[in-house]
Amino acid sequence: MKGSRAIIQSLTDQGVDVVFGYPGGVLLPLYDEIYDSDLRHILVRHEQCAAHAADGFARASGKVGVCIGTSGPGATNLVTGIATAYMDSSPVVALAGQVASHLIGNDAFQEVDTLGLTMPITKHSFQPMTPTEIPSMIKSAFYIASTGRPGPVVLDLPKDVQEAELEYPDKITIDLPGYKPTKKGHPLQVKRAAEVILNAKKPVILAGGGVILSGSSDEIFKLSELLGAPVTTTLMGKGCFPEDNPLSLGMLGMHGRKVSNFLVDDCDCLVAVGCRFSDRTTGDVSKFAVNAKIIHIDVDPAEIGKNIPVDVPIVGDAKIILSHLIRVISQVESTQKKEWTEHVKQFRSSCLPRLSFDDTPLKPQQVIKEISEAVTDDTILTTDVGQNQMWMAHYFTSRNPRKFISSGGLGTMGFGFPAAMGAKVALPEEDVIAVCGDGGFLMVCQDLATVKEYDIPVVVCVLDNRYLGMVAQWQKLFYQERISHTELGEVPDFVKLAEAFGVNAYRVKKPGEMKETLKEALNSGEPTLIDVIIDPNEILPMVPPGCGLTEMVGEYKVEREVPGEIPYRSSAAERGGD
Amino acid sequence: MTNERSHIISAVVLHRPGVLQRVAGLFTRRGFNIDAITVGPSEKDGVARMTIISRGDEKVLEQITKQLNKLIEVIKVRDLDPPSTVLRELCLIKTHASHEKARSEIIQYANIFRGRIIDVSPVNLTIEITGTPEKIDALIDLLQNFGIQEIARTGPTAITRGAKTI
Ligand SMILES: Cc1ncc(C[n+]2csc(CCOP(=O)(O)OP(=O)(O)O)c2C)c(N)n1
Ligand SMILES: [Mg+2]
Repeated sequence: MKGSRAIIQSLTDQGVDVVFGYPGGVLLPLYDEIYDSDLRHILVRHEQCAAHAADGFARASGKVGVCIGTSGPGATNLVTGIATAYMDSSPVVALAGQVASHLIGNDAFQEVDTLGLTMPITKHSFQPMTPTEIPSMIKSAFYIASTGRPGPVVLDLPKDVQEAELEYPDKITIDLPGYKPTKKGHPLQVKRAAEVILNAKKPVILAGGGVILSGSSDEIFKLSELLGAPVTTTLMGKGCFPEDNPLSLGMLGMHGRKVSNFLVDDCDCLVAVGCRFSDRTTGDVSKFAVNAKIIHIDVDPAEIGKNIPVDVPIVGDAKIILSHLIRVISQVESTQKKEWTEHVKQFRSSCLPRLSFDDTPLKPQQVIKEISEAVTDDTILTTDVGQNQMWMAHYFTSRNPRKFISSGGLGTMGFGFPAAMGAKVALPEEDVIAVCGDGGFLMVCQDLATVKEYDIPVVVCVLDNRYLGMVAQWQKLFYQERISHTELGEVPDFVKLAEAFGVNAYRVKKPGEMKETLKEALNSGEPTLIDVIIDPNEILPMVPPGCGLTEMVGEYKVEREVPGEIPYRSSAAERGGD
Repeated sequence: MTNERSHIISAVVLHRPGVLQRVAGLFTRRGFNIDAITVGPSEKDGVARMTIISRGDEKVLEQITKQLNKLIEVIKVRDLDPPSTVLRELCLIKTHASHEKARSEIIQYANIFRGRIIDVSPVNLTIEITGTPEKIDALIDLLQNFGIQEIARTGPTAITRGAKTI
């Protein structure tokens, strides 16, 4: 068969049934094969969206997401999406077309050094120079992308290799002598960790994206129960522990919850699982959890000791290690830290953030409260980047893993909408909502055409403040209110924009409208845009860069009326079915 | 940094196009320093050995080895312990040597350093020398007076002493 046919065969062998892509000259052989194949191909309207969609697909489903772009500009357009997946350890396989092998290096038309460009932002990359290499390279790519610490893998496919003939092997072997991710944690380290935890009086569990990737939410829950220890998460860990649990502290860090930042500062033992202590999580490292013995569980040995000195490192799969740790700890009779648990619960209910505001223009807190009320535990929410993201991270109550999807590491504006598209394609039965900023959504709005043409019924909520809000916030706080080029002005009219693509659109201005409109949009089963006019002056409390976690600035508005109130969650049935 | 020193890192890697770029790229991207890097085939088919000389404290070295290990094409990495390591570099030096006196002096120096004259012309000599980088530096120093035209050094390569392998 032809190389191009082998590519599709190999993808199918890996269980791929859908790809997000955009064709071009050097991909003609591959697209000619796709024409006859059972592979579902979704034509995005910009390659960046193909990569983000594949990423959203991967994050929502846990499977590998696949995107395709042509050589040169197609590949460079994929780059932002690949880097986004890399920073958040998302398993994506990106196929890029390449000029024919005899032209490589000649500055041929649409030639770019895709391997060179993507080397620092991929887990690995391959370039078959003969068609016989295709099956094992694709198999290796999927294996590498999805195991150990997941990450994107690029396959650079010269046109002539797609066209050349090969005999497709019955058995595909892969040989990766340099790749052996550690799974089981060292038993001695687990024992040491258990001792530290049992001796602690004030333990806090910090769960990162690795908890979601390894599927160890249940283990985190058990550990928390066993100790009566609170759980805080990074942005990437959000949802791995139910945030309405009295022991959930919510997100930690620069835009973290007060209770989280203060209790991590106060704790004497921090059990960090699947996180990398990014600067957005720790603030000034010299002031981070200074009273705590730190246990760090991660599958990537290079993360251990990289940003924060650690007392007990354990390398391996979080799920395996946590189960082991729980077994060891539960052999002891009394594991509960009762005094601490009480303190945590009290402190937590004293500073739950205030969500209800009846102001017009709408406060973002109120909008998010209404979103919470319109969704179920199964609803997938993606965010874009900026204030919209941090408001969602801070105020939205997430209860399940893989239901809150956001670009953490790279902070890529334009991620939310295409990621939602990918998530919806992965899980068509689930409601999928993208909460975006007006700036970020405009970067990818052309893909309204994709959701319309392919009938991918996502709901996009544009938090419309006519500002690059997050940057404007920094200018207000740290640059003497010199609002330099962060005003977005009058255009576009987002409702008309959506309508131009044949997408239903609503505008929401007053308290109460968001919940109703969102329910209606979800029930319509059609792609919908909701333009939410919000107060541009609302500032999210934050830890200024270079400060410790307790040095938050900005007023932290707490829920006064009903201390301890958790936003009410209606079920799908109450909303009137799917 | 207080305990910053030069380290000899030996890496066993797959002998494939692009490996050197991945390793070198990793060093630049993460801000690790490279004083020298050498690469060539090893005892095993399809496998190459790389020797990297890098400066840094323990924490940096730990990151270097860990990050190198993460590269899919890197099979093994070891920060070699200098006392139990033999380290050698090859250097070719072309000097002016038009006067008879200069010529014989250069040849004498080369002999003392166990170097060899590998090319002769009416106006210059080319010396081949292997040894530790310090020994090579010393010879270069001596030859400066005669007017060195060109130097080509390989950078050090290294192997553990005795029965131990990596
Ligand atoms: C591609 C990209 N460019 C620039 C930035 C820097 N940046 C971070 S947040 C932000 C403002 C985002 O504005 P908007 O999308 O309107 O969201 P808001 O903060 O107003 O909710 C900018 C420009 C970024 N994160 N990504
Ligand atoms: Mg905005």
